[in-house]
Amino acid sequence: MFLTRDDQAILAGRSGEGVQKAMELLVAIGEAFDAPKLIPVTRAHAASSGQEGDLFFVEILAKGGARCKIPTTTNPVVDFEYFQRIMDLSEEHEEASVAWKVKDYYKQIGAVMSQSCIPYLAENIPQCGEHVAFSESSATPYVNSVLGAFTNRESIQTALAAGVTGKTPEFGLHLKENRKGSALVKVNTELRNAYDYSILGQYVGKMVENGIPVFDGISRRPTIDQYINLCAMTNVTGAIPMFYIPGFTIGPENVDDCFAGDRPQDKIVVTEREMKQTIDQLQTTNGDVDLVMLGCPHYNLDQMGEVANLLKGKKLRPHISFWVNTSATTKVMAERAGYLKILEEIGVHVVIDTCIDMFCYNNMKGKTGMTDSPKCAYYRRFGNVRVGSLEECVAAAIQRE
Amino acid sequence: MPTITLRCHRIVKGCGEGEALVSRDPICFYLADPETGVIRERGHNLMGKSVSAKVIVFPTGKASSAVQMDGLRKLMLHNMMPNAMVVTGVEPVLVSAAALLQIPLVDRMEKDPFEVIHTGDHVKVDATNSVVTVNRHE
Repeated sequence: MFLTRDDQAILAGRSGEGVQKAMELLVAIGEAFDAPKLIPVTRAHAASSGQEGDLFFVEILAKGGARCKIPTTTNPVVDFEYFQRIMDLSEEHEEASVAWKVKDYYKQIGAVMSQSCIPYLAENIPQCGEHVAFSESSATPYVNSVLGAFTNRESIQTALAAGVTGKTPEFGLHLKENRKGSALVKVNTELRNAYDYSILGQYVGKMVENGIPVFDGISRRPTIDQYINLCAMTNVTGAIPMFYIPGFTIGPENVDDCFAGDRPQDKIVVTEREMKQTIDQLQTTNGDVDLVMLGCPHYNLDQMGEVANLLKGKKLRPHISFWVNTSATTKVMAERAGYLKILEEIGVHVVIDTCIDMFCYNNMKGKTGMTDSPKCAYYRRFGNVRVGSLEECVAAAIQRE
Repeated sequence: MPTITLRCHRIVKGCGEGEALVSRDPICFYLADPETGVIRERGHNLMGKSVSAKVIVFPTGKASSAVQMDGLRKLMLHNMMPNAMVVTGVEPVLVSAAALLQIPLVDRMEKDPFEVIHTGDHVKVDATNSVVTVNRHE
């Protein structure tokens, strides 16, 4: 791979050990994918998880004196202050100390502590055509497909390496010729809400595995939360960095043009039957629940409004706990819109900066939870799981009149 | 025991050998128990099998951009890492985790790895020299 003089100086350690390690990683990735050179990127998002793998690399960067050169946002970890107020976390010392350290190191390298898994809606929005390095399962396909930016499916570590060097290897989705469809997905089922989109994503991720699906048969423009759920779920069961919904996402307006003259390598048909089978594979119960967990990925403002409207004037069943995870930015706006008051008045926990897959939710281990997110069902910290739309989650949680 | 030697493409250098474990499903190492290496993902074709000290043959990595590295790092901290990996489809999230944790990783084997490697075979992956050696388990 060709390296400029500056790249070589960094690789030789002349800018410090942290950024040297970042450059080593970028060069290793570049060589694995036969990239000819490094190209500049202008923003990055590191899907910080606050766990061991995350600590491993950000610690090397921080201790080696690396600093972010471009805006680099972070994913949710945990809102310590909030959880310390409402529960005893002393049992969770080990995981908590890892998460503490991770947060400190991110601050040290100058990352923007957005602690949101939907940064592309507020804190870090790439433009159409901008070359960026976005990790986070929903973020990669969202910025490629909906916003029209260029990013590969980054890991936390490659996104961080891009953040502190301002560079990424030129391969994959940074090159126009690699951005054509690989699999045709015929949608022969009605998609009513964000939940249906996440089930579709779960099935398509599993079937396509690693490629660019082109959806045929979606006739209504997906809403933002529908896009987010499709993006997130294709990257739980698969590795899908981009997709096309002709007429709505960026790129060609008809199906054939998305393949740019090639034939689809795979053809998949999704009917009511595949949707139902997908739900059945996931769910371990359809009975009563102890808790409802929403906001994986983080709820946006529209969704905060929806859940507030559904819960307005209702009461939660005794002993049920109800959690909505969102970003700090969204919470501020939800407060201004009056949604927060409705939710908090009936005892809903509106949590910021936090991922559903964190030690703060370990005390739910033996409990049965319901979620509108199959991704949450995959990574859950609670016991048995039921999945359903937001309306179904609310219905399971409120007192019958 | 017949031995075959095949060329491949190096992704992450190094050398690792062990018993082969073949998976038709993509793998997310976060869904393995870090203390035993046993895959606990519901419906996965390796469910209940351990990845520890194995040469894993699988199509590609999958799942969110954080968890592959977290999963492999936790396996490493418990000494339950796979010894090497052979894939048919390469994706950057798995590659970066393997590169940072120095797990030998190859792709583009000159013959389809799913045809020439079976679970239980003894496999040596010399990624540095781009060679895979398979000792058939009879």
